[in-house]
Amino acid sequence: MNIEWYIVLSALLFATGAMGILIRRSPMVILLCLELMLNAGNLALVAFSRMVGNGQGQIFAVIVMVVAACEVVVGLGLIVAIFRRRLPLNVDDLRELRG
Amino acid sequence: MSATAWAWLVLLFPLLGSIAIALGFRALPQKLAGVIGTASIGLAFACGVAALIGLLGEDPGARHHASSLWDYASVAGLDIKLGIYLDQLSLFMVLVVTGVSTLIHLYSYGYMQSDEGYHRFFSYLNFFVFSMLLLVLAGNFVLLIVGWAFVGFASYALISFWYRRETATRAGMKAFVINVVGDIGLVLAAFLIFRELGSFDYGTVFEKAPEVFSTNEWTVTAICLLLLVGAFAKSAQLPLHTWLPDAMEGPTPVSSLIHAATMVTAGVYLIARTHVLFALAPTAADISAFIGLATLLVAATIALVMTDLKRAIAYSTMSQIGYMVVGVSIGAYSAGMFHLMTHAFFKALLFMAAGSIIAAMANEQNIDRMSGFGKAMRFTSVTMLCGGLALAAFPLTSGFFSKDEILAYAGARGGMYLIFVVLGYFGAFLTAIYTFRLIFRVLQGEPCLEARELIETGHVHHAHPFNPATGEQEDTDVGFPGPEHHIAESSAPMRVAMAVLAFGALFGGLIQVPGVDNVVSDWLDPVFTGPVLAHVHPSIAWDWIGLAIGGAISLLGIWAAHWLYIADPEAPRRLETRFRGLHDFLFRKWYFDEAIDLLVVRPALAVGRFSNRVFERFVVDGLVSGTEGGVRGASGVVRAVQNGFVRSYALLLIAGFAGLALYFLLSSS
Repeated sequence: MNIEWYIVLSALLFATGAMGILIRRSPMVILLCLELMLNAGNLALVAFSRMVGNGQGQIFAVIVMVVAACEVVVGLGLIVAIFRRRLPLNVDDLRELRG
Repeated sequence: MSATAWAWLVLLFPLLGSIAIALGFRALPQKLAGVIGTASIGLAFACGVAALIGLLGEDPGARHHASSLWDYASVAGLDIKLGIYLDQLSLFMVLVVTGVSTLIHLYSYGYMQSDEGYHRFFSYLNFFVFSMLLLVLAGNFVLLIVGWAFVGFASYALISFWYRRETATRAGMKAFVINVVGDIGLVLAAFLIFRELGSFDYGTVFEKAPEVFSTNEWTVTAICLLLLVGAFAKSAQLPLHTWLPDAMEGPTPVSSLIHAATMVTAGVYLIARTHVLFALAPTAADISAFIGLATLLVAATIALVMTDLKRAIAYSTMSQIGYMVVGVSIGAYSAGMFHLMTHAFFKALLFMAAGSIIAAMANEQNIDRMSGFGKAMRFTSVTMLCGGLALAAFPLTSGFFSKDEILAYAGARGGMYLIFVVLGYFGAFLTAIYTFRLIFRVLQGEPCLEARELIETGHVHHAHPFNPATGEQEDTDVGFPGPEHHIAESSAPMRVAMAVLAFGALFGGLIQVPGVDNVVSDWLDPVFTGPVLAHVHPSIAWDWIGLAIGGAISLLGIWAAHWLYIADPEAPRRLETRFRGLHDFLFRKWYFDEAIDLLVVRPALAVGRFSNRVFERFVVDGLVSGTEGGVRGASGVVRAVQNGFVRSYALLLIAGFAGLALYFLLSSS
């Protein structure tokens, strides 16, 4: 199978994730879309790894999964904290960092 | 112990006294503070005497020692030591300063008794004595400047001692500002000396100066003129004298100690100390002598018409310092220093007597309202008479010998210097008149209300406390004078101090009688061996002729005062109406204050106002607010990005990455 298909799939996934981050307001969905983007990256890494013929890309993909897990921990923690303080679960309302 | 070790102790005791009183002002009982203050100065005097004994045991030519405790600054060829220079001249000053200070502290012990700021007063006073001794004993120009500035501060603090009196605080500021002008002169002189000679140290400077400078070279003349600016501001010579009469706002012991006996003579000491430089710049020395002469005449004429008792004595101080400046400028160094000593005695005494009378008048200082105190206050009037006789150079009193010695020396130099003899004797005539004007008007005549009350009831007149300058009502809390007038002359320490000074004023001159003994000039002359004028000495016959003329003039002046103020009491008023213009001119103090106001203060204020209204408003403010506006505008643009929307941050991030990717794609292909 040709490498292009993988890259196209990966790019579509990435674009879907990015679009989701830009247009959705729920922090939960934003977190999901982040996952989607990371996994698009992983897909590209693994595809290139197979194309080049060594395992480095796959190892890198595993590391990215670890990072993604960490990020989910922090992100979900934040969401729970927001929820517990009875703040709206809407990122547009959380804009106290405005300059 | 060596003489220099004693000299260090002289410095130590007043400093310790000042610190102890300042830190312990809550714990120390009032009397103890006064005792500590007086005792520390007394100990300093004792140490001065010990140093004197030490120096007497040495060869007259070798009686100069430099001693330093540690390096003050040592960088790049600059070597300043915290050092003192002890020789006959500085020790002479030490003895005069500590001796008179001890007596004035004793006087203050009684005089200030009822004042709420008693501790503060003694702490300041001890600090002043320390600073004055530092000035006198300093071994280099840097330490001299330190002492010079310290006495300026002490003078400021003590003039403004009654800090709730606005006139006093203003007078303090005036004194400080004018003294800073002098400080600048002194500092610039020190810079020039360092640039030319590479050292601040007295020993090195005076040794190298004759080799480096030729006579009347412009640098040495400039140095001397700058030194004179410092000396004249401190010693209240024309035109920097206007602060001294105003300084009389301070308590009377302060007027007596700082503004009559010690600090104001610092300029005379400075000229004598740097005599090596003045010998190289005869032009500067002549300028100095003429300014001294002008001051002595101007001040004497003003003293003739002053109606404020303390201010009249202040003008007399200026006039007498004029004599000293003339003395040390024409080369009569030991005569000038001798006059400094006798003046310290009789002028301190006159102020003490004036303080006593003012206290009896419930703080009234106008002599128009005083009369007949001779019967009311016997002790004060006798001591005031002693001081007055010495000031008027009555034959055989101390002022008689010291003043005429200066004039005799001027006569011996001859030529142009004969002007000093003629005008000096004229000044002496005025001195006798104004001195006895004060004495006759205050002590003689029909007793005034206050004096009558004192005679009849034995109690001092009471009045509601007020400011003698403006008549404003005051209270007796801290920051104003205490209700001190009940002590007028009844306090024993005050009497002791006045008695000792009266003795000095009458008989202090006998240590230096031409042809009989020469204690002062024998002691001081080894210091002044260098100058080319050292060989000029009036012969003993001329000395006595001068003394005879001086005595005659003094008696003539006293007779004139008697005629004006006793025999024909209407005469002064007739003269006043006849010569109204002249009287106003003198009464307005030759319009010096107005002239300085017009020439210096107003232009300075105008420049300030211009800077404020135009430069400050448009240039400085424009620069500042322009910068501020620019930053604010630029930040407004950038700040718009920070809108707080997480999703717009994400968009920027992605757009940025996309842009970068596009750039690399395009640039790689």
